[in-house]
Amino acid sequence: MNLQTSRRGRAWVVALAVAIGLLMAGCASDAPQSVLEPAGESARKADGLWNLTFSIAVAVFVFVQAALIYSVIRYRAKPGREARQFEGNARLEVILTVIPALILAAIAVPTVGTIFDLAGEPKGDDVLQVNVQGRQYWWLYEYPDLDVVTANELHIPVGTPVNLTIEGYDVNHSFWVPRLAGTQDVVPGRVNRLTLEADEPGTYRGQCKEFCGLSHANMALRVIAHEPAAFETWIAEQQQPSAKPAGSLAAEGAKLFVNGSEDGQFAAGAACASCHAIEGLDGALGVIGPNLTHLQSRKTFAAGLFKTNEANLRAWLADPPARKPGSQMPDVGLTGGQIDALVAYLETLK
Amino acid sequence: MSATHAAHGGPEPHTSTGVDNVKMAMWTFLGSECLFFGSLISTYLLYHDKTGSGPTSADVYDIPFTSISSFVLLMSSLTMVLALSSIQQGNPRAMRIWLTATAFLGLTFVGGQIFEFTTFVEEGLTLQTSPFSSAFFVLTGFHGAHVTIGVLMLLGVVAMSSFGRLGPDSARPVEMVGLYWHFVDVVWIVIFTVVYLIP
Amino acid sequence: MATAAAGTDRRYFARPTAKTGWWAWMTTVDHKKIGILYGLTSFVFFIIGGIQALIMRSQLATPDGEVVSAAMYNQLFTMHGLTMIFLVVMPMGTALINFLLPLMIGARDVAFPRLNAFSYWVFLLGGLFLYSSFILGGAADGGWFGYAPLNRELPGNGMTYYSLGLQILGIASLAGAVNFIVTILNMRAPGMTFMRMPVFVWMTLVVSFLLLFALPVIGVALWELMFDRLFGTSFFDPGAGGDPLLWQHLFWLFGHPEVYIMILPAMGIVSEVLPAFARKPLFGYPAIVFAGAAIAFMGWGVWAHHMFAAGLGPVANSAFALSTMLIAVPTGVKIFNWIGTIWGGAVRLTTAFLFSAGFVSMFIIGGLSGVTHAIVPHDAQQTDTYYVVGHLHYVLFGGSIFGLFSGLYYWWPKIFGRLLNERIGKLHFWLMLIGFNLTFGPFHVLGLLGMPRRVYRYSPGLGFDLWNMMSTVGAFTIALSIVVFLVNAVLTARRGEQAGADPWDARTIEWMIPSPPPEHNFDEVPVIRHRDDWWYRKYITDPKGTPAPVIAGGADASIPADERDNATASEDEQAHGIHLPSPSYYPLVTAVGLPIAGYGVIYQPLLLAVGFLIVLVGAFGWVLEPPAEPA
Repeated sequence: MNLQTSRRGRAWVVALAVAIGLLMAGCASDAPQSVLEPAGESARKADGLWNLTFSIAVAVFVFVQAALIYSVIRYRAKPGREARQFEGNARLEVILTVIPALILAAIAVPTVGTIFDLAGEPKGDDVLQVNVQGRQYWWLYEYPDLDVVTANELHIPVGTPVNLTIEGYDVNHSFWVPRLAGTQDVVPGRVNRLTLEADEPGTYRGQCKEFCGLSHANMALRVIAHEPAAFETWIAEQQQPSAKPAGSLAAEGAKLFVNGSEDGQFAAGAACASCHAIEGLDGALGVIGPNLTHLQSRKTFAAGLFKTNEANLRAWLADPPARKPGSQMPDVGLTGGQIDALVAYLETLK
Repeated sequence: MSATHAAHGGPEPHTSTGVDNVKMAMWTFLGSECLFFGSLISTYLLYHDKTGSGPTSADVYDIPFTSISSFVLLMSSLTMVLALSSIQQGNPRAMRIWLTATAFLGLTFVGGQIFEFTTFVEEGLTLQTSPFSSAFFVLTGFHGAHVTIGVLMLLGVVAMSSFGRLGPDSARPVEMVGLYWHFVDVVWIVIFTVVYLIP
Repeated sequence: MATAAAGTDRRYFARPTAKTGWWAWMTTVDHKKIGILYGLTSFVFFIIGGIQALIMRSQLATPDGEVVSAAMYNQLFTMHGLTMIFLVVMPMGTALINFLLPLMIGARDVAFPRLNAFSYWVFLLGGLFLYSSFILGGAADGGWFGYAPLNRELPGNGMTYYSLGLQILGIASLAGAVNFIVTILNMRAPGMTFMRMPVFVWMTLVVSFLLLFALPVIGVALWELMFDRLFGTSFFDPGAGGDPLLWQHLFWLFGHPEVYIMILPAMGIVSEVLPAFARKPLFGYPAIVFAGAAIAFMGWGVWAHHMFAAGLGPVANSAFALSTMLIAVPTGVKIFNWIGTIWGGAVRLTTAFLFSAGFVSMFIIGGLSGVTHAIVPHDAQQTDTYYVVGHLHYVLFGGSIFGLFSGLYYWWPKIFGRLLNERIGKLHFWLMLIGFNLTFGPFHVLGLLGMPRRVYRYSPGLGFDLWNMMSTVGAFTIALSIVVFLVNAVLTARRGEQAGADPWDARTIEWMIPSPPPEHNFDEVPVIRHRDDWWYRKYITDPKGTPAPVIAGGADASIPADERDNATASEDEQAHGIHLPSPSYYPLVTAVGLPIAGYGVIYQPLLLAVGFLIVLVGAFGWVLEPPAEPA
């Protein structure tokens, strides 16, 4: 019995060591959404608090678990041992109440400081303003001062604080790019804000975090951070209207996009343009779905679900809700020929 | 509920606190009800100004009318007290009269509420008009439902008393219904103040 | 007059008389039978909720899992949460409370036996009502906290079932809370002062008050949701000016106390089990009681820590961060006191003890991860990820479920008269402990690696794969441990060791009566002179401070346990003086009306009227049925 128990005790320690080892391994593995690898100011501040709290928590964990395991092993019943009958120890109890309170106070001070720190809106001429909307199931970004509208892939310059004004639209979502900043809920009827800043150029993955319906899991986003010059170039490209479709098939696609066709459900009222806008294409002014002016400049579409390429676009147009459950874009019964034309046109939207 | 204790065929058995079980249950239940109405009133306060394109409270409230029906409900608390005191003095007939009067006043109040609701609907304030209207109708509607249940209990006690079914300690059920009734009255005073009087 | 009326009553409202078989169970008002019914029902729901979890874990074992559709997955995680909270943890606690509360305070039954039966039937029918949605077009699919405005906009009747089903279950809990409060305050045996009550009784009292005040708040939120979905009100319609945060405030104002509603009974169980097997009194009884009350009280001031990312502003966030940290203090007090209870004892490592120790151990983890949520800037990272899911399972599974299993192993012999097998029990414990940590430990890592909760699939390449697979393996290990438990229950049902009145040499007065207890519980209502009164009837403390057995006949009612084993009250004894509440049809009848009214609200107003009529008839019979069958 005794032997068995102490072996159990040792097994515990081993299990703990293995668990911590695995945890370390996990941190080191390739995880583009890892909270533990901050790449921006907001996320780094949160991470600093985490490191402090987590180390304290580990220390408390080890101390308390050790006390528990020790007491169980040390005081197990055996012949001749009688339990010491005592009902408490006022002094010890007070001490053990005060110590956790002090530890918590030590955590509370920097926590409150950081809360107010992060709540402050960034000031200065270089602050980039972006309005964000979360919708079922994609992200809308509007650069009000630059006259640019895009979707799902948010482009920002490095080293510049970006002030995100986050508005609700249909249901709750939550805007989250773990490596850059903590989450901010998207609440219909409310306006929230979040500061985002990336240290290095690169792509930072995020996704919707507040359950929002069937395709909550498929509502990813990307933040693409550029060097300032590259960002200027990107803005300049985005400010251009779309080019006139080259080639007859693409032109036919553009016509379909706006007017739909007589046959099937794909009539004018249900044509692409009733939901999607394309700058430079007459009649394409829809505001329900993403603006497609520069669709091909996005690496992915449908909220990060598919790489932007011809095959994926084809499959998507054939039946959107089948590819992405609950998609607001309906299956309008396009024929193969119509899909050919539309994809040909979409391919021109560089 | 009262029958549980009649099981012992006599006065209330000893309890640890000396308070009757049913009375204590009623008090705890009413404590719960406080939170229920508290949440509804909070909702109303949050939405008081959310009238959208519909009528506002100032457009529809008829304070003199509601004051009168509030007064009627307050008077019903008085008749409830008289009913309890009658039965405590061993006069079931007087008790039945006062209880019936209480029920009548309660019904008058409910009638007034129905009239008020009807008027509001005619003036364009329906359950669906705005968050304000939703909060108003649901809050006052739940209160009205409580009054209605109270009336049913009052009439039930009257009927049981008429058939000699109140058991040996007939003041107890009257006291319990009375507790509930006074609570519903007090809640109305709060609702009347918060909803109608505070602009 | 009264006699004549009583005669009519007997004719029209005869009390049921069946002593065995189905009718005896359907009409019972005996708190012990109701406790067993609660336990059995909640265990069935536990299995169902567990199967839902296994399906979800199978789906998530690999990236892009295709075991179920997104629509089905959303129903599964919603119903898993609702099931485990409202149909497992809460009622399983209620099962033990029902069986033990009167025994622990020296009462013959609860204050309102018929109301108690009513609670059970409403719970059962409410659960079935909620589950019937699966075959009637789809279950609730908005998550257990079903945020607005998604909750009003989700198609189908799922969320309407949610709003009505939780209301019905709330009625059961509210009736139970009132019943337990009155029972504890009013039905204590002579000498059972508040500070002599077992901690389990104390926690029941605290939980009942929490339920009493929390349920009406969620009740209002659910009514408003129901009105929004069915009658076009705009409580949660942001388009019309409704505020989605109202739902969050109302829900969490209920929801956080609800967390304590689920954990405090388990804490009460642990506070009974540890002293019994350490053979010493609970360390710091007043502190544990006070900490329990303090947790309950402070539990009302922390709800917005579920909403740190909602945009309440830095002032509110700071305030709720501080209150959340503060509530960790009384929680810490409890943990230290439990360790203090083991310290210096003579610990018997029974299965019940192991589960309690496991509870303390796992709860430390859950408590510490809870503190990390109070770090608001980092909570913005953790919230709505698997980190939170990990935390809540450490608290509610590692906490509540371990505590409840500890209670089951401890009181099983009292309830059924036979001991569970200890060897199989320990296998169950170790399998469950390992499986549990394997399942939910990786959740913390997944959350930190950026996996949001409530996703039916995840893409490869995000670093989630290994951890998810580990977790799935763990989930099936837990399932295996439950099978082991069931095998134990079945094997020992016939061949288990006879328990006798007091198999553990325990401390509280439920162990002074035979196992299973006779229908009337105590032949004579005991007079209580000590905290742990039964212990002090068995042992005196010698001058050196060690307990020495009382010589038979030395103290009152200190008849040795083995002599009492077979002593059941004779018919004769029952005849004079012990009034037991008679069985009744009406709790069941009244309860049946509620789900029928619920279906009526969804499908057909006529059915609503029928439901109300049944409730009225039930209430009518309830009031008018005769007190008891003639002796």
